[in-house]
Amino acid sequence: MPAIKLNNISKYVCKNINLEIFNKEFLVLLGPNGAGKSTLLNVIAGLIDYKGSVFFENKCIDKLPASKRKIGYLFQDLYLFPHLDVFSNIAYGLKIGRKKPNEIKYRVEELLQMLRIENLTHRYPKELSGGEKQRVALARALALTPEVLLLDEPLSSLDLQSSKYLRRELKQLQRTLGITTIYVTHNLTEAEEMADRIAIIEKGAIEQAGKVEEIFFYPKNEKVSEFIGAPNILDCNGFRILGKGIAEVDCRGLSIIIPDEGNKIKKIAMLPRDIYIAELKPPGPDVNRFKGIITDINISNEVVRLKVKTGNINLLAELPHHIFKRMSLGIGKEVFLIFKLRKIKCL
Amino acid sequence: MKIFRKLIPGWGVVPVIIFLMLWELIARVNLISGHFFFPPFSMVVAEFYCLTANGVLGKNFLSSFLRVLIGFSFGSIAGLLIGILMGWKSLIDKALNPIISLIYPIPALGWLPLLMLWLGIGEILPIAIIFICSFFPILYNTSTGIKMVDKNYIRVAKSLGASDREILTSIVIPLALPNIFTGLKLESGMAWRVIIAAEMVAIPTGIGALMMKAESLMRIDIIIVCLIVLAAMCFIFERFFLFLETRFTARWS
Repeated sequence: MPAIKLNNISKYVCKNINLEIFNKEFLVLLGPNGAGKSTLLNVIAGLIDYKGSVFFENKCIDKLPASKRKIGYLFQDLYLFPHLDVFSNIAYGLKIGRKKPNEIKYRVEELLQMLRIENLTHRYPKELSGGEKQRVALARALALTPEVLLLDEPLSSLDLQSSKYLRRELKQLQRTLGITTIYVTHNLTEAEEMADRIAIIEKGAIEQAGKVEEIFFYPKNEKVSEFIGAPNILDCNGFRILGKGIAEVDCRGLSIIIPDEGNKIKKIAMLPRDIYIAELKPPGPDVNRFKGIITDINISNEVVRLKVKTGNINLLAELPHHIFKRMSLGIGKEVFLIFKLRKIKCL
Repeated sequence: MKIFRKLIPGWGVVPVIIFLMLWELIARVNLISGHFFFPPFSMVVAEFYCLTANGVLGKNFLSSFLRVLIGFSFGSIAGLLIGILMGWKSLIDKALNPIISLIYPIPALGWLPLLMLWLGIGEILPIAIIFICSFFPILYNTSTGIKMVDKNYIRVAKSLGASDREILTSIVIPLALPNIFTGLKLESGMAWRVIIAAEMVAIPTGIGALMMKAESLMRIDIIIVCLIVLAAMCFIFERFFLFLETRFTARWS
Protein backbone atom coordinates (compact mmCIF):
# COMPACT_ATOMS: atom_id res chain seq x y z
CA MET A 1 0.00 0.00 0.00
CA PRO A 2 1.48 3.35 -0.92
CA ALA A 3 2.01 5.67 2.03
CA ILE A 4 1.58 8.67 -0.26
CA LYS A 5 -0.22 8.86 -3.56
CA LEU A 6 -0.26 11.91 -5.80
CA ASN A 7 -3.15 12.07 -8.27
CA ASN A 8 -3.02 14.50 -11.17
CA ILE A 9 -1.18 17.18 -9.23
CA SER A 10 -0.85 20.46 -11.08
CA LYS A 11 0.88 23.54 -9.73
CA TYR A 12 3.28 25.98 -11.42
CA VAL A 13 5.49 23.90 -13.72
CA CYS A 14 4.02 20.57 -12.52
CA LYS A 15 1.34 19.20 -14.83
CA ASN A 16 -0.85 16.23 -13.89
CA ILE A 17 1.72 14.44 -11.81
CA ASN A 18 0.93 10.92 -10.63
CA LEU A 19 3.33 9.30 -8.19
CA GLU A 20 3.24 6.69 -5.45
CA ILE A 21 5.60 6.62 -2.52
CA PHE A 22 5.57 3.40 -0.54
CA ASN A 23 5.51 2.96 3.19
CA LYS A 24 8.91 3.47 4.88
CA GLU A 25 10.47 4.05 1.48
CA PHE A 26 13.33 6.46 0.73
CA LEU A 27 12.29 8.01 -2.56
CA VAL A 28 14.65 10.40 -4.29
CA LEU A 29 13.04 12.98 -6.52
CA LEU A 30 15.78 13.64 -9.05
CA GLY A 31 15.69 16.41 -11.60
CA PRO A 32 17.36 19.57 -12.85
CA ASN A 33 16.72 23.01 -11.34
CA GLY A 34 13.24 24.32 -12.09
CA ALA A 35 11.84 20.84 -12.77
CA GLY A 36 9.17 21.20 -10.07
CA LYS A 37 10.77 19.12 -7.30
CA SER A 38 10.33 21.64 -4.49
CA THR A 39 6.84 22.51 -5.70
CA LEU A 40 5.87 18.88 -5.33
CA LEU A 41 7.22 18.81 -1.75
CA ASN A 42 5.29 21.97 -0.91
CA VAL A 43 2.13 20.35 -2.32
CA ILE A 44 2.63 17.25 -0.16
CA ALA A 45 3.33 19.44 2.88
CA GLY A 46 0.20 21.48 2.21
CA LEU A 47 2.13 24.73 2.09
CA ILE A 48 0.67 25.80 -1.27
CA ASP A 49 -2.68 25.40 -3.04
CA TYR A 50 -2.78 22.89 -5.87
CA LYS A 51 -5.01 21.05 -8.30
CA GLY A 52 -5.36 17.29 -7.94
CA SER A 53 -5.32 15.12 -4.85
CA VAL A 54 -2.83 13.91 -2.28
CA PHE A 55 -3.57 10.66 -0.43
CA PHE A 56 -1.91 9.46 2.77
CA GLU A 57 -2.64 5.76 3.39
CA ASN A 58 -5.48 6.03 0.84
CA LYS A 59 -7.09 8.96 2.68
CA CYS A 60 -7.43 12.20 0.77
CA ILE A 61 -5.69 14.96 2.75
CA ASP A 62 -6.33 17.89 0.42
CA LYS A 63 -8.42 19.65 3.04
CA LEU A 64 -5.90 19.08 5.84
CA PRO A 65 -3.79 22.13 6.71
CA ALA A 66 0.00 21.79 6.84
CA SER A 67 -0.06 21.53 10.63
CA LYS A 68 -2.24 18.40 10.56
CA ARG A 69 -0.38 16.44 7.89
CA LYS A 70 2.26 14.99 10.25
CA ILE A 71 5.09 15.97 7.99
CA GLY A 72 8.66 16.88 8.85
CA TYR A 73 10.12 19.27 6.30
CA LEU A 74 13.79 20.07 5.93
CA PHE A 75 14.11 23.11 3.66
CA GLN A 76 16.93 23.70 1.21
CA ASP A 77 18.40 26.65 3.11
CA LEU A 78 17.30 25.15 6.45
CA TYR A 79 15.90 28.44 7.79
CA LEU A 80 16.72 27.86 11.42
CA PHE A 81 15.02 30.65 13.35
CA PRO A 82 17.93 33.02 14.00
CA HIS A 83 16.45 34.47 17.21
CA LEU A 84 16.05 31.08 18.90
CA ASP A 85 18.83 28.91 20.26
CA VAL A 86 19.24 25.27 19.25
CA PHE A 87 16.98 24.00 22.03
CA SER A 88 14.20 26.45 21.21
CA ASN A 89 14.51 25.81 17.46
CA ILE A 90 14.00 22.08 18.01
CA ALA A 91 11.28 22.68 20.59
CA TYR A 92 9.37 25.16 18.41
CA GLY A 93 6.86 22.71 16.95
CA LEU A 94 6.36 21.04 20.33
CA LYS A 95 5.66 24.36 22.04
CA ILE A 96 3.21 25.30 19.29
CA GLY A 97 1.56 21.90 19.84
CA ARG A 98 1.08 22.84 23.53
CA LYS A 99 3.11 19.90 24.82
CA LYS A 100 3.97 19.91 28.52
CA PRO A 101 7.36 21.48 29.39
CA ASN A 102 8.80 18.22 30.72
CA GLU A 103 7.66 16.35 27.58
CA ILE A 104 9.30 19.02 25.43
CA LYS A 105 12.53 18.80 27.41
CA TYR A 106 12.57 15.00 27.15
CA ARG A 107 11.90 14.95 23.39
CA VAL A 108 14.44 17.68 22.59
CA GLU A 109 17.11 15.98 24.66
CA GLU A 110 16.33 12.68 22.90
CA LEU A 111 16.80 14.35 19.49
CA LEU A 112 19.94 16.18 20.58
CA GLN A 113 21.37 12.85 21.61
CA MET A 114 20.18 11.02 18.48
CA LEU A 115 21.84 13.58 16.23
CA ARG A 116 24.86 13.95 18.52
CA ILE A 117 24.50 17.70 19.05
CA GLU A 118 24.03 17.82 22.83
CA ASN A 119 26.91 20.29 23.09
CA LEU A 120 25.07 22.83 20.93
CA THR A 121 21.94 23.21 23.09
CA HIS A 122 22.32 26.90 23.90
CA ARG A 123 24.02 28.09 20.74
CA TYR A 124 22.33 30.33 18.22
CA PRO A 125 22.21 29.44 14.50
CA LYS A 126 24.84 32.04 13.61
CA GLU A 127 27.24 30.27 15.95
CA LEU A 128 26.88 26.89 14.15
CA SER A 129 28.82 25.34 11.27
CA GLY A 130 27.06 24.15 8.10
CA GLY A 131 26.94 20.52 9.24
CA GLU A 132 25.71 21.46 12.72
CA LYS A 133 22.95 23.56 11.21
CA GLN A 134 21.86 20.56 9.10
CA ARG A 135 21.59 18.41 12.20
CA VAL A 136 19.64 21.00 14.15
CA ALA A 137 17.24 21.52 11.24
CA LEU A 138 16.79 17.77 10.94
CA ALA A 139 16.12 17.49 14.67
CA ARG A 140 13.53 20.26 14.38
CA ALA A 141 11.86 18.46 11.47
CA LEU A 142 11.77 15.21 13.46
CA ALA A 143 10.61 16.74 16.74
CA LEU A 144 6.92 16.18 16.13
CA THR A 145 7.51 12.51 15.23
CA PRO A 146 6.31 12.98 11.65
CA GLU A 147 5.05 10.12 9.53
CA VAL A 148 6.60 11.56 6.39
CA LEU A 149 9.91 13.35 6.04
CA LEU A 150 10.46 15.78 3.18
CA LEU A 151 14.05 16.79 2.47
CA ASP A 152 14.63 19.56 -0.05
CA GLU A 153 18.27 19.40 -1.19
CA PRO A 154 19.36 19.58 2.43
CA LEU A 155 23.03 18.90 1.73
CA SER A 156 23.54 21.19 -1.25
CA SER A 157 25.35 23.88 0.74
CA LEU A 158 27.84 21.51 2.37
CA ASP A 159 31.35 20.64 1.24
CA LEU A 160 31.85 17.26 -0.44
CA GLN A 161 33.23 15.51 2.63
CA SER A 162 30.56 16.66 5.09
CA SER A 163 27.85 15.99 2.53
CA LYS A 164 29.06 12.41 2.02
CA TYR A 165 29.22 11.81 5.76
CA LEU A 166 25.79 13.27 6.46
CA ARG A 167 24.25 11.33 3.55
CA ARG A 168 25.28 8.10 5.16
CA GLU A 169 23.98 9.23 8.53
CA LEU A 170 20.71 10.44 7.09
CA LYS A 171 20.07 7.15 5.35
CA GLN A 172 20.88 5.24 8.53
CA LEU A 173 18.57 7.46 10.55
CA GLN A 174 15.77 6.96 8.04
CA ARG A 175 16.16 3.19 8.30
CA THR A 176 16.20 3.29 12.09
CA LEU A 177 13.11 5.46 12.30
CA GLY A 178 11.36 3.67 9.43
CA ILE A 179 9.94 6.94 8.19
CA THR A 180 8.63 7.44 4.64
CA THR A 181 11.03 9.94 3.11
CA ILE A 182 11.11 12.02 -0.04
CA TYR A 183 14.51 13.48 -0.80
CA VAL A 184 14.87 16.10 -3.49
CA THR A 185 18.16 16.52 -5.33
CA HIS A 186 19.69 17.21 -8.73
CA ASN A 187 22.77 15.21 -7.82
CA LEU A 188 22.84 11.73 -9.34
CA THR A 189 25.50 10.40 -6.96
CA GLU A 190 23.42 11.47 -3.97
CA ALA A 191 20.37 9.81 -5.49
CA GLU A 192 22.17 6.54 -6.25
CA GLU A 193 23.65 6.38 -2.78
CA MET A 194 20.48 7.02 -0.83
CA ALA A 195 17.44 5.98 -2.82
CA ASP A 196 15.28 2.90 -2.46
CA ARG A 197 13.61 4.26 -5.57
CA ILE A 198 14.30 7.22 -7.80
CA ALA A 199 11.67 9.34 -9.54
CA ILE A 200 13.08 11.38 -12.40
CA ILE A 201 11.24 14.66 -12.84
CA GLU A 202 11.79 17.05 -15.70
CA LYS A 203 9.81 20.11 -16.75
CA GLY A 204 7.07 19.26 -14.28
CA ALA A 205 6.54 15.67 -15.41
CA ILE A 206 7.63 12.40 -13.81
CA GLU A 207 9.61 10.73 -16.59
CA GLN A 208 10.30 7.49 -14.76
CA ALA A 209 10.09 6.09 -11.25
CA GLY A 210 11.82 2.92 -10.22
CA LYS A 211 14.70 1.27 -8.40
CA VAL A 212 18.17 2.63 -9.07
CA GLU A 213 19.08 -0.35 -11.31
CA GLU A 214 15.81 -0.05 -13.21
CA ILE A 215 16.52 3.58 -14.00
CA PHE A 216 20.07 2.80 -15.04
CA PHE A 217 19.51 -0.33 -17.06
CA TYR A 218 16.08 0.38 -18.48
CA PRO A 219 15.79 4.14 -18.92
CA LYS A 220 12.34 4.76 -20.24
CA ASN A 221 13.27 7.42 -22.77
CA GLU A 222 16.06 9.57 -24.10
CA LYS A 223 15.40 12.30 -21.49
CA VAL A 224 15.92 9.89 -18.58
CA SER A 225 18.97 8.37 -20.20
CA GLU A 226 20.47 11.82 -20.79
CA PHE A 227 19.69 12.95 -17.26
CA ILE A 228 21.43 10.00 -15.65
CA GLY A 229 24.41 10.55 -17.92
CA ALA A 230 23.53 8.40 -20.97
CA PRO A 231 25.02 5.15 -19.65
CA ASN A 232 26.46 2.49 -21.96
CA ILE A 233 24.45 -0.65 -21.26
CA LEU A 234 25.95 -3.96 -22.27
CA ASP A 235 24.40 -7.45 -22.10
CA CYS A 236 26.62 -10.03 -20.49
CA ASN A 237 26.96 -13.69 -21.41
CA GLY A 238 29.75 -15.46 -19.61
CA PHE A 239 30.30 -14.83 -15.89
CA ARG A 240 33.37 -16.06 -14.07
CA ILE A 241 34.33 -15.27 -10.48
CA LEU A 242 38.01 -14.42 -10.25
CA GLY A 243 38.06 -14.05 -6.45
CA LYS A 244 39.16 -11.08 -4.31
CA GLY A 245 35.90 -9.34 -5.04
CA ILE A 246 36.15 -9.28 -8.81
CA ALA A 247 34.56 -11.27 -11.65
CA GLU A 248 34.86 -11.43 -15.40
CA VAL A 249 31.97 -11.07 -17.83
CA ASP A 250 31.79 -11.39 -21.55
CA CYS A 251 29.95 -8.63 -23.36
CA ARG A 252 29.64 -9.38 -27.05
CA GLY A 253 33.23 -10.57 -27.26
CA LEU A 254 34.62 -7.97 -24.84
CA SER A 255 36.02 -9.47 -21.67
CA ILE A 256 35.36 -7.00 -18.84
CA ILE A 257 36.43 -7.21 -15.20
CA ILE A 258 33.72 -6.05 -12.80
CA PRO A 259 33.26 -5.84 -9.03
CA ASP A 260 31.79 -9.15 -7.80
CA GLU A 261 28.78 -8.74 -5.52
CA GLY A 262 28.01 -12.47 -5.42
CA ASN A 263 25.22 -12.41 -7.99
CA LYS A 264 25.25 -13.56 -11.56
CA ILE A 265 25.44 -10.54 -13.82
CA LYS A 266 23.06 -10.01 -16.73
CA LYS A 267 23.92 -6.47 -17.72
CA ILE A 268 26.51 -3.87 -16.94
CA ALA A 269 26.25 -0.10 -17.25
CA MET A 270 29.02 2.46 -17.54
CA LEU A 271 28.56 6.20 -17.66
CA PRO A 272 30.45 7.91 -20.50
CA ARG A 273 32.27 10.04 -17.90
CA ASP A 274 33.59 6.84 -16.28
CA ILE A 275 35.45 5.76 -19.40
CA TYR A 276 38.97 7.19 -19.86
CA ILE A 277 40.29 7.90 -23.34
CA ALA A 278 44.01 7.63 -24.15
CA GLU A 279 45.83 8.24 -27.43
CA LEU A 280 48.65 5.83 -26.59
CA LYS A 281 48.45 2.36 -25.12
CA PRO A 282 48.02 2.95 -21.37
CA PRO A 283 50.51 1.38 -18.97
CA GLY A 284 49.47 -1.39 -16.57
CA PRO A 285 47.87 -4.80 -17.03
CA ASP A 286 45.82 -5.47 -20.11
CA VAL A 287 42.58 -5.45 -18.14
CA ASN A 288 39.55 -3.29 -18.95
CA ARG A 289 41.67 -1.58 -21.62
CA PHE A 290 40.41 -1.79 -25.19
CA LYS A 291 41.44 -0.44 -28.53
CA GLY A 292 38.72 1.41 -30.49
CA ILE A 293 38.09 3.80 -33.34
CA ILE A 294 36.29 7.13 -32.98
CA THR A 295 33.19 7.12 -35.17
CA ASP A 296 31.56 10.35 -34.05
CA ILE A 297 32.39 13.48 -32.02
CA ASN A 298 29.67 15.56 -30.42
CA ILE A 299 30.76 18.85 -28.83
CA SER A 300 28.23 20.35 -26.41
CA ASN A 301 28.53 23.30 -24.01
CA GLU A 302 29.45 21.11 -21.06
CA VAL A 303 31.48 18.21 -22.45
CA VAL A 304 32.73 16.48 -25.58
CA ARG A 305 31.14 13.11 -26.30
CA LEU A 306 32.93 10.55 -28.42
CA LYS A 307 31.36 7.52 -30.03
CA VAL A 308 33.99 4.79 -30.09
CA LYS A 309 33.66 1.41 -31.82
CA THR A 310 35.50 -1.33 -30.01
CA GLY A 311 35.04 -4.87 -31.36
CA ASN A 312 31.44 -4.88 -32.43
CA ILE A 313 30.26 -2.56 -29.65
CA ASN A 314 29.64 1.17 -29.90
CA LEU A 315 30.44 3.00 -26.67
CA LEU A 316 29.96 6.58 -25.57
CA ALA A 317 32.83 8.24 -23.75
CA GLU A 318 33.00 11.74 -22.37
CA LEU A 319 35.81 14.26 -22.04
CA PRO A 320 35.95 17.72 -20.50
CA HIS A 321 36.68 20.43 -23.09
CA HIS A 322 40.13 21.29 -21.73
CA ILE A 323 41.31 17.68 -22.02
CA PHE A 324 39.80 17.26 -25.49
CA LYS A 325 41.69 20.37 -26.66
CA ARG A 326 44.98 18.95 -25.39
CA MET A 327 44.50 15.73 -27.40
CA SER A 328 44.45 15.44 -31.15
CA LEU A 329 41.29 13.42 -31.62
CA GLY A 330 39.29 13.10 -34.79
CA ILE A 331 36.85 10.75 -36.48
CA GLY A 332 38.60 7.56 -37.59
CA LYS A 333 41.42 7.95 -35.07
CA GLU A 334 42.46 4.92 -33.05
CA VAL A 335 42.23 5.39 -29.27
CA PHE A 336 42.40 3.30 -26.11
CA LEU A 337 39.48 3.03 -23.70
CA ILE A 338 39.92 2.33 -19.99
CA PHE A 339 36.92 1.32 -17.88
CA LYS A 340 36.95 2.41 -14.22
CA LEU A 341 36.38 -0.83 -12.30
CA ARG A 342 34.47 0.61 -9.32
CA LYS A 343 32.21 2.71 -11.52
CA ILE A 344 30.76 -0.23 -13.45
CA LYS A 345 27.17 -0.85 -12.39
CA CYS A 346 25.89 -4.41 -12.55
CA LEU A 347 22.44 -5.93 -12.87
CA MET B 1 33.16 44.08 40.67
CA LYS B 2 31.65 43.97 37.17
CA ILE B 3 29.21 46.78 37.99
CA PHE B 4 32.02 48.80 39.57
CA ARG B 5 34.09 48.38 36.40
CA LYS B 6 31.12 49.55 34.33
CA LEU B 7 30.82 52.71 36.41
CA ILE B 8 34.42 53.76 35.81
CA PRO B 9 34.37 55.95 32.70
CA GLY B 10 36.40 54.70 29.82
CA TRP B 11 38.77 56.56 27.53
CA GLY B 12 35.76 58.12 25.77
CA VAL B 13 35.52 60.65 28.61
CA VAL B 14 38.97 62.11 27.86
CA PRO B 15 37.96 64.19 24.79
CA VAL B 16 34.98 65.55 26.75
CA ILE B 17 37.23 66.66 29.61
CA ILE B 18 39.64 68.28 27.14
CA PHE B 19 36.71 70.05 25.44
CA LEU B 20 35.41 71.38 28.77
CA MET B 21 38.88 72.55 29.81
CA LEU B 22 39.33 74.38 26.51
CA TRP B 23 35.91 75.94 26.90
CA GLU B 24 36.77 77.18 30.39
CA LEU B 25 40.16 78.45 29.21
CA ILE B 26 38.83 80.30 26.15
CA ALA B 27 36.10 81.97 28.21
CA ARG B 28 38.47 82.90 31.05
CA VAL B 29 41.14 84.51 28.82
CA ASN B 30 38.38 86.43 27.02
CA LEU B 31 39.15 85.04 23.58
CA ILE B 32 35.48 85.59 22.80
CA SER B 33 34.29 89.00 23.99
CA GLY B 34 33.50 88.55 27.64
CA HIS B 35 31.51 86.31 29.95
CA PHE B 36 28.32 87.86 28.68
CA PHE B 37 28.35 86.10 25.28
CA PHE B 38 30.45 83.13 26.22
CA PRO B 39 30.26 82.15 29.88
CA PRO B 40 32.87 79.70 31.15
CA PHE B 41 31.83 76.17 31.89
CA SER B 42 32.15 76.72 35.65
CA MET B 43 29.59 79.54 35.41
CA VAL B 44 27.19 77.26 33.54
CA VAL B 45 27.63 74.63 36.26
CA ALA B 46 26.92 77.23 38.93
CA GLU B 47 23.79 78.35 37.09
CA PHE B 48 22.72 74.72 36.71
CA TYR B 49 23.02 74.38 40.50
CA CYS B 50 21.04 77.58 41.04
CA LEU B 51 18.26 76.59 38.64
CA THR B 52 18.06 73.17 40.23
CA ALA B 53 18.07 74.53 43.76
CA ASN B 54 15.30 77.07 43.14
CA GLY B 55 13.20 74.46 41.32
CA VAL B 56 12.92 76.32 38.00
CA LEU B 57 14.84 73.74 36.03
CA GLY B 58 13.07 70.82 37.72
CA LYS B 59 9.60 72.23 37.04
CA ASN B 60 10.30 72.98 33.38
CA PHE B 61 12.15 69.73 32.88
CA LEU B 62 9.26 67.77 34.36
CA SER B 63 6.80 69.48 31.99
CA SER B 64 8.91 68.62 28.94
CA PHE B 65 9.66 65.11 30.22
CA LEU B 66 6.00 64.23 30.81
CA ARG B 67 5.02 65.58 27.40
CA VAL B 68 7.72 63.53 25.69
CA LEU B 69 6.91 60.46 27.74
CA ILE B 70 3.16 60.55 27.10
CA GLY B 71 3.36 61.67 23.46
CA PHE B 72 6.16 59.26 22.60
CA SER B 73 4.53 56.33 24.42
CA PHE B 74 1.19 56.77 22.66
CA GLY B 75 2.81 57.58 19.32
CA SER B 76 5.14 54.61 19.39
CA ILE B 77 2.48 52.16 20.63
CA ALA B 78 0.08 53.30 17.89
CA GLY B 79 2.91 53.24 15.31
CA LEU B 80 3.93 49.76 16.39
CA LEU B 81 0.39 48.35 16.29
CA ILE B 82 -0.58 49.88 12.95
CA GLY B 83 2.88 49.15 11.51
CA ILE B 84 2.54 45.48 12.48
CA LEU B 85 -0.93 45.32 10.91
CA MET B 86 0.28 47.01 7.73
CA GLY B 87 3.33 44.78 7.46
CA TRP B 88 1.37 41.60 8.12
CA LYS B 89 -1.87 42.17 6.22
CA SER B 90 -1.37 43.38 2.69
CA LEU B 91 -4.99 44.53 2.49
CA ILE B 92 -4.51 46.97 5.37
CA ASP B 93 -1.21 48.06 3.85
CA LYS B 94 -2.89 48.74 0.50
CA ALA B 95 -5.65 50.72 2.22
CA LEU B 96 -3.45 52.86 4.49
CA ASN B 97 -0.20 53.19 2.58
CA PRO B 98 -1.32 55.92 0.16
CA ILE B 99 -2.60 58.11 3.02
CA ILE B 100 0.45 57.55 5.18
CA SER B 101 2.83 58.14 2.27
CA LEU B 102 1.18 61.53 1.81
CA ILE B 103 1.23 62.56 5.48
CA TYR B 104 4.62 61.06 6.46
CA PRO B 105 6.82 63.72 4.75
CA ILE B 106 5.15 66.61 6.65
CA PRO B 107 7.56 67.68 9.45
CA ALA B 108 6.05 67.36 12.94
CA LEU B 109 6.36 71.11 13.55
CA GLY B 110 4.44 71.75 10.32
CA TRP B 111 1.35 70.58 12.17
CA LEU B 112 1.79 73.17 14.91
CA PRO B 113 -0.35 76.03 13.48
CA LEU B 114 -3.16 73.65 12.60
CA LEU B 115 -3.07 71.94 15.99
CA MET B 116 -2.91 75.29 17.83
CA LEU B 117 -6.23 76.15 16.23
CA TRP B 118 -7.75 72.72 16.62
CA LEU B 119 -6.58 71.90 20.15
CA GLY B 120 -5.80 75.32 21.59
CA ILE B 121 -2.65 76.13 23.57
CA GLY B 122 -2.65 73.66 26.40
CA GLU B 123 -1.06 70.43 27.54
CA ILE B 124 -2.64 68.40 24.72
CA LEU B 125 -0.88 70.42 22.03
CA PRO B 126 2.76 69.37 22.74
CA ILE B 127 1.64 65.78 23.41
CA ALA B 128 -0.13 65.71 20.04
CA ILE B 129 2.98 67.09 18.30
CA ILE B 130 5.18 64.41 19.90
CA PHE B 131 2.58 61.78 19.03
CA ILE B 132 2.77 62.78 15.34
CA CYS B 133 6.55 63.05 15.46
CA SER B 134 6.88 59.47 16.81
CA PHE B 135 3.94 57.77 15.14
CA PHE B 136 4.85 57.97 11.45
CA PRO B 137 8.53 56.99 11.53
CA ILE B 138 7.89 54.14 13.98
CA LEU B 139 4.98 52.92 11.90
CA TYR B 140 7.12 53.05 8.77
CA ASN B 141 10.08 51.22 10.35
CA THR B 142 7.82 48.60 11.90
CA SER B 143 5.87 47.81 8.76
CA THR B 144 9.11 47.68 6.73
CA GLY B 145 10.67 45.37 9.32
CA ILE B 146 7.67 43.03 9.25
CA LYS B 147 7.58 42.97 5.44
CA MET B 148 11.30 42.28 5.25
CA VAL B 149 11.09 39.03 7.23
CA ASP B 150 12.02 36.20 4.86
CA LYS B 151 8.82 34.39 3.87
CA ASN B 152 10.62 31.07 4.16
CA TYR B 153 10.69 31.39 7.96
CA ILE B 154 6.92 31.66 7.79
CA ARG B 155 6.77 28.53 5.61
CA VAL B 156 8.94 26.64 8.12
CA ALA B 157 6.80 27.75 11.07
CA LYS B 158 3.67 26.76 9.17
CA SER B 159 5.10 23.32 8.44
CA LEU B 160 5.70 22.98 12.20
CA GLY B 161 2.05 23.62 12.90
CA ALA B 162 2.03 27.30 13.83
CA SER B 163 -1.09 29.35 13.23
CA ASP B 164 -0.93 32.81 11.62
CA ARG B 165 -1.12 34.51 15.02
CA GLU B 166 1.62 32.28 16.44
CA ILE B 167 3.81 32.92 13.41
CA LEU B 168 3.36 36.67 13.85
CA THR B 169 4.13 36.70 17.57
CA SER B 170 6.83 34.04 17.76
CA ILE B 171 8.67 34.52 14.47
CA VAL B 172 7.81 37.66 12.51
CA ILE B 173 7.80 40.30 15.27
CA PRO B 174 11.03 39.03 16.90
CA LEU B 175 12.75 38.98 13.50
CA ALA B 176 11.53 42.52 12.79
CA LEU B 177 12.90 43.79 16.14
CA PRO B 178 16.18 45.23 14.73
CA ASN B 179 14.15 47.44 12.37
CA ILE B 180 11.63 48.34 15.06
CA PHE B 181 14.40 49.37 17.45
CA THR B 182 16.03 51.51 14.79
CA GLY B 183 12.79 53.50 14.60
CA LEU B 184 12.39 53.72 18.38
CA LYS B 185 16.00 54.79 18.90
CA LEU B 186 15.91 57.58 16.34
CA GLU B 187 12.49 58.86 17.30
CA SER B 188 13.08 58.90 21.06
CA GLY B 189 15.82 61.48 20.50
CA MET B 190 13.78 63.27 17.86
CA ALA B 191 10.87 63.63 20.31
CA TRP B 192 13.08 65.74 22.58
CA ARG B 193 14.29 67.90 19.71
CA VAL B 194 10.72 68.52 18.59
CA ILE B 195 9.30 69.27 22.05
CA ILE B 196 11.96 71.90 22.67
CA ALA B 197 11.17 73.52 19.32
CA ALA B 198 7.42 73.39 19.99
CA GLU B 199 7.85 74.90 23.46
CA MET B 200 10.01 77.65 22.04
CA VAL B 201 7.34 78.59 19.53
CA ALA B 202 4.00 78.00 21.16
CA ILE B 203 3.98 76.64 24.70
CA PRO B 204 4.75 78.76 27.76
CA THR B 205 6.27 76.03 29.95
CA GLY B 206 9.05 73.47 29.57
CA ILE B 207 12.73 73.55 28.71
CA GLY B 208 12.10 75.18 25.32
CA ALA B 209 10.05 77.95 26.91
CA LEU B 210 12.75 78.46 29.59
CA MET B 211 15.28 78.90 26.78
CA MET B 212 13.15 81.55 25.12
CA LYS B 213 12.75 83.40 28.44
CA ALA B 214 16.52 83.21 28.96
CA GLU B 215 17.04 84.60 25.47
CA SER B 216 14.84 87.61 26.22
CA LEU B 217 16.84 88.19 29.44
CA MET B 218 20.08 87.61 27.53
CA ARG B 219 21.04 84.76 29.92
CA ILE B 220 23.35 82.68 27.74
CA ASP B 221 24.38 80.55 30.74
CA ILE B 222 20.75 79.42 31.21
CA ILE B 223 20.41 78.69 27.47
CA ILE B 224 23.52 76.50 27.65
CA VAL B 225 22.17 74.71 30.75
CA CYS B 226 18.96 73.96 28.80
CA LEU B 227 20.92 72.76 25.78
CA ILE B 228 22.98 70.45 27.97
CA VAL B 229 19.79 69.04 29.52
CA LEU B 230 18.36 68.51 26.02
CA ALA B 231 21.53 66.78 24.81
CA ALA B 232 21.58 64.57 27.92
CA MET B 233 17.94 63.58 27.51
CA CYS B 234 18.35 62.73 23.80
CA PHE B 235 21.41 60.68 24.71
CA ILE B 236 19.68 58.88 27.62
CA PHE B 237 16.56 58.05 25.60
CA GLU B 238 18.55 56.76 22.63
CA ARG B 239 20.82 54.77 24.94
CA PHE B 240 17.82 53.25 26.67
CA PHE B 241 16.51 51.84 23.39
CA LEU B 242 20.00 50.80 22.34
CA PHE B 243 20.22 48.89 25.62
CA LEU B 244 16.87 47.20 24.94
CA GLU B 245 17.92 46.39 21.37
CA THR B 246 21.18 44.87 22.54
CA ARG B 247 19.35 42.91 25.22
CA PHE B 248 16.81 41.44 22.80
CA THR B 249 18.72 41.07 19.55
CA ALA B 250 22.50 41.25 20.04
CA ARG B 251 22.95 37.52 20.58
CA TRP B 252 21.43 36.53 17.26
CA SER B 253 21.20 39.47 14.87
